[in-house]
Amino acid sequence: MNFVALRMLTGDRAKYFGLVFAIAFCTFLLENQTSIFANIMRRTASQVLDVTDAEIWVMDPRTEYWEQTKALKETDLTRVRGVPGVGWAVRLFKGTPVARTESGRFAVSTLIGIDDATLTGAPRKMFMGSWQRLRQPDSVIVDKAGYVLLFPGEPFELGRTLEMNDRRATIVGISDASAPFASLPVMHARYSAAVNFLGRERTQLSFVLVRPAPGVQPAALTSTIERHTGLRARTTEEFMWDSVRYYLRNTGIPVNFGITIAVALVVGTVVAGQTFYLFTLDNLRQFGALKAIGVSNLRLTGMILLQALSAAALGFSLGTGLAATFFEITGRRMATRGIVLLWQSVGLTGTAILVVVAIASVLSIRRVLVLEPASVFRS
Amino acid sequence: MTEPADATLAVSCRQVRKHFGDGDQRIDALRGVDFDARLGELSFLVGPSGCGKTTLISVIAGLLDRTAGELRVLGSSIDDLPPRQRVLFRRRNLGFVFQQYNLLPALSAAENVAVPLLVAGEPRRTALDRAGALLHRLGLGSRTAALPATLSGGQQQRVAIARALVHEPRLVVCDEPTAALDHSNGEAVMELLAGSAVHPGRAVIVVTHDSRVFHHAHSIAHMDDGRIVSTTRAHDVPFPGPHPGVLGQRAPLPTTLSEASA
Repeated sequence: MNFVALRMLTGDRAKYFGLVFAIAFCTFLLENQTSIFANIMRRTASQVLDVTDAEIWVMDPRTEYWEQTKALKETDLTRVRGVPGVGWAVRLFKGTPVARTESGRFAVSTLIGIDDATLTGAPRKMFMGSWQRLRQPDSVIVDKAGYVLLFPGEPFELGRTLEMNDRRATIVGISDASAPFASLPVMHARYSAAVNFLGRERTQLSFVLVRPAPGVQPAALTSTIERHTGLRARTTEEFMWDSVRYYLRNTGIPVNFGITIAVALVVGTVVAGQTFYLFTLDNLRQFGALKAIGVSNLRLTGMILLQALSAAALGFSLGTGLAATFFEITGRRMATRGIVLLWQSVGLTGTAILVVVAIASVLSIRRVLVLEPASVFRS
Repeated sequence: MTEPADATLAVSCRQVRKHFGDGDQRIDALRGVDFDARLGELSFLVGPSGCGKTTLISVIAGLLDRTAGELRVLGSSIDDLPPRQRVLFRRRNLGFVFQQYNLLPALSAAENVAVPLLVAGEPRRTALDRAGALLHRLGLGSRTAALPATLSGGQQQRVAIARALVHEPRLVVCDEPTAALDHSNGEAVMELLAGSAVHPGRAVIVVTHDSRVFHHAHSIAHMDDGRIVSTTRAHDVPFPGPHPGVLGQRAPLPTTLSEASA
């Protein structure tokens, strides 16, 4: 009887396409919005995640997220190094100097100063040049998007110079750094060069990057560091979530996305549910005839579920295809680079669509189950 | 002591009652119906609209529960069966022909005919072959792949009859099978029912208003106000097959209780 159910479903092309389109639209909107939301939230910590050399970040106890830094004392680095279980610890600086090109274009930039000796925290994904060239004096690595922002329409070229707060810097590499939350160029320099670009202040140390000694768990080491130094220590993962939570708490982003996601769910449920229910109502006489002929309620329920799941599978596949195409296209644009369709969004949306379809099916199944087969004798 | 069951009876109703609703809303659709349908016969149920014909065949087919009385269908008390058994009983033993055909519009003629076989679990290929063969016998061999919407009313009803017969049921219940057809198509459909459905192990009950087809009947039970008010039989007609009938060339059936009594 499965083929009968499927032929009944596809027989009325207008309703069938309406149902599939409603589910596809709902899928596209849900996957689109949840993926963009998650990717934007991830961007709030993209510079943290880009550092793959160290696993623990140590900071001022009142620091809540990446963008918010309060300088540590130079002695804090030594104190952290003295904590049992610490393999090594290096300094990291974060500042926001103004970068200016020879043509006069300028942009506030995120400047990350990395340990002079080890270059821990250097960008590992390079588009042009190499991160080892940071050892050259007054050198910086700028990210690809930042380069395009500072030198629009110009070819990628190493050796170009910038003024960083009135100090000369030479571009020795172009990185493929993850996009930051704000569209600022991301630059890397050695720690000593970076603090020079910013101008001398009493303290410049933003973070201490720590690698645990072999066999020491990062999560356990963060507690030890906090106990010994009174500073705040977070694993990379924890620090990322700190940033995400900060933006969730303090911005309207989740509310805006939440409204769109809720509207997509409601519209998807109502349109898909109503279309499927109407489809069932239109076929009520046929269902009644099948009941009279001897099709059991269980079989009819199976037929309706098969119809609903088939429409859902097709709509979900189309919607996911559309979402994938959308992200494939937008992912090539500089401003939206790195925003991808997340498998978690696909999974979550699939679950939501199943719920939508279940609600739609329940209404239809109920209508068919209470249908008296004798009603088919009434003309 | 219970009277032994008559083996020639496909359907036996004794004082069958059926009401809908309660109190002020109560409607007595059947008020003590005595009705028999014999195997090998085409039994007509006739009467004015609202007299209870459709309710009676719904009760006989196990689609509605009776309120009171005795009912035996093919030797079983169908509405005493548990729901699942009743569904199985209908699936195996009953065929239905509806006034509005109730064909599945998305299925071809052959697929529609194959539905009872598929419901019974027959493989799709075999079911379609059997359905095609039956349609061929009914003169629709060239339209097996046609969708119902592309068939004429007469052709659709022939498909519906094929659907009712394909699984070789012992009782075929037809509700106004000619109501939506012109005279010639109505005649053709009744000839099909009389010729294809009636054999010694099968009974056909036809509910109809259409006096033009009365001559096909072996017996005609006239209903009025929820009761059988008269039954007329054609005793002299040899079995099987269509015959001149009891009324085809005679006076029309009584249409009121008083006419029947007279």
